[in-house]
Amino acid sequence: MTTALALSPAAALDFVPGAPPPATLRADIWRGIAAENPVLVQMLGMCPTMAVTNVLANGIAMGVATTFVLVGSGLFVSLLRKYIAHEVRITSYILIIATFVTLADLLLAASFPEISKALGPFIPLIVANCLLLGRAEAFAAKVGPVRAVADGMGMGIGFTLSLAAMSAIRELLGRGSLLGFDILGPHWEPWVFMVLPAGGFFTLGLLLITAAWIDELRRRRRALEAK
Amino acid sequence: MSNLAWIFVSTLLVNNFTLVMFLGLCSFFGVTAKIETAWRLGLANTFVLIITAVSAWILNTYILTRTPYLRTIAFIVVIASAVQIVEMAVKKYLPVLFRQLGIYLPLITTNCAILGLALFQTSRRYNFVEGLVFALGAGFGLTLALSLLASIRERMEVADVPVIARRMGLVLVAASCLSLAFMGFAGMGSQ
Repeated sequence: MTTALALSPAAALDFVPGAPPPATLRADIWRGIAAENPVLVQMLGMCPTMAVTNVLANGIAMGVATTFVLVGSGLFVSLLRKYIAHEVRITSYILIIATFVTLADLLLAASFPEISKALGPFIPLIVANCLLLGRAEAFAAKVGPVRAVADGMGMGIGFTLSLAAMSAIRELLGRGSLLGFDILGPHWEPWVFMVLPAGGFFTLGLLLITAAWIDELRRRRRALEAK
Repeated sequence: MSNLAWIFVSTLLVNNFTLVMFLGLCSFFGVTAKIETAWRLGLANTFVLIITAVSAWILNTYILTRTPYLRTIAFIVVIASAVQIVEMAVKKYLPVLFRQLGIYLPLITTNCAILGLALFQTSRRYNFVEGLVFALGAGFGLTLALSLLASIRERMEVADVPVIARRMGLVLVAASCLSLAFMGFAGMGSQ
């Protein structure tokens, strides 16, 4: 079905140089969650990944805020892609992104003041998250609005899941709790290291090594089967 | 210690932008494969940080007093344009410096350390001189962190490590140790 879409004359007219290959919407969403996960595979958006993941609630809030900005900016970049001159595109994307970041910042401050205070300047700093500019330039500017939104959703969900995983590990080991509820009981000696900045680097390092280990095991099994 | 000296030392070591506050991590992991580039990127960063401190101070004092909700947008646009103008000026009048900073100068604009500096400067209400010292401390702190990690990575290139840790995993664990070492300065602020 996808090949038929690519070969139809209408699709050929809409062809943009460097555009991503046509795919189903489901593939667009899944790519951000697994194969091109922003944190674990692309290593983009490192600063919020480390800085706000000391407790689970903050990690999820940051993930949701980033998803909101990804979807909103993806939609608008895609809608305006034929009107934005090539020379000023980066500045225009930044302006679109900054508008949605300001919206997210104000919305969060109005509805969840404690979380907004805990995240502090890291919500406005979403502007400088290279994931957003990266998706705008590499994907949203080259495809229609529906695919751009799907890609933003996928990348946002992938980002939120990685942040949630990191912050769950760090909160559980560093405080013995999850979302503020005591899980490991009063006899648990908290690993203060995990909630310190050093723990952020360490947790992500371990996650990456684990992912590489799983990959390596799979590769070996495939090599065995090939023999 | 006087206030200015304290701001400098605190941003350089105690609250190091990269290792303790997690700002500018993209360049921290992206461009620290060689010590030479890391060092130059640190200097280019310092340069842009100082421009940012001045621009942010002007915006905060004269323009954004009435419209604080435009802060994020105003900062990013003004910083991007200021960097562009300075880049052109440096290219014209100081070609040697321009060649040394190279591609890094325009790339730095979207480094979160730059916007972070402007935002922290605002929330801490630094005046003009304090802001400049803050930027200088942050820039030297970045340069220090980048050169340290680059030196470690150059050594790690020749080390015999398991296959699964060969890519970013081990670099992150090394950064974790580096960050832990910088926690040793943490007591300095609590007098």
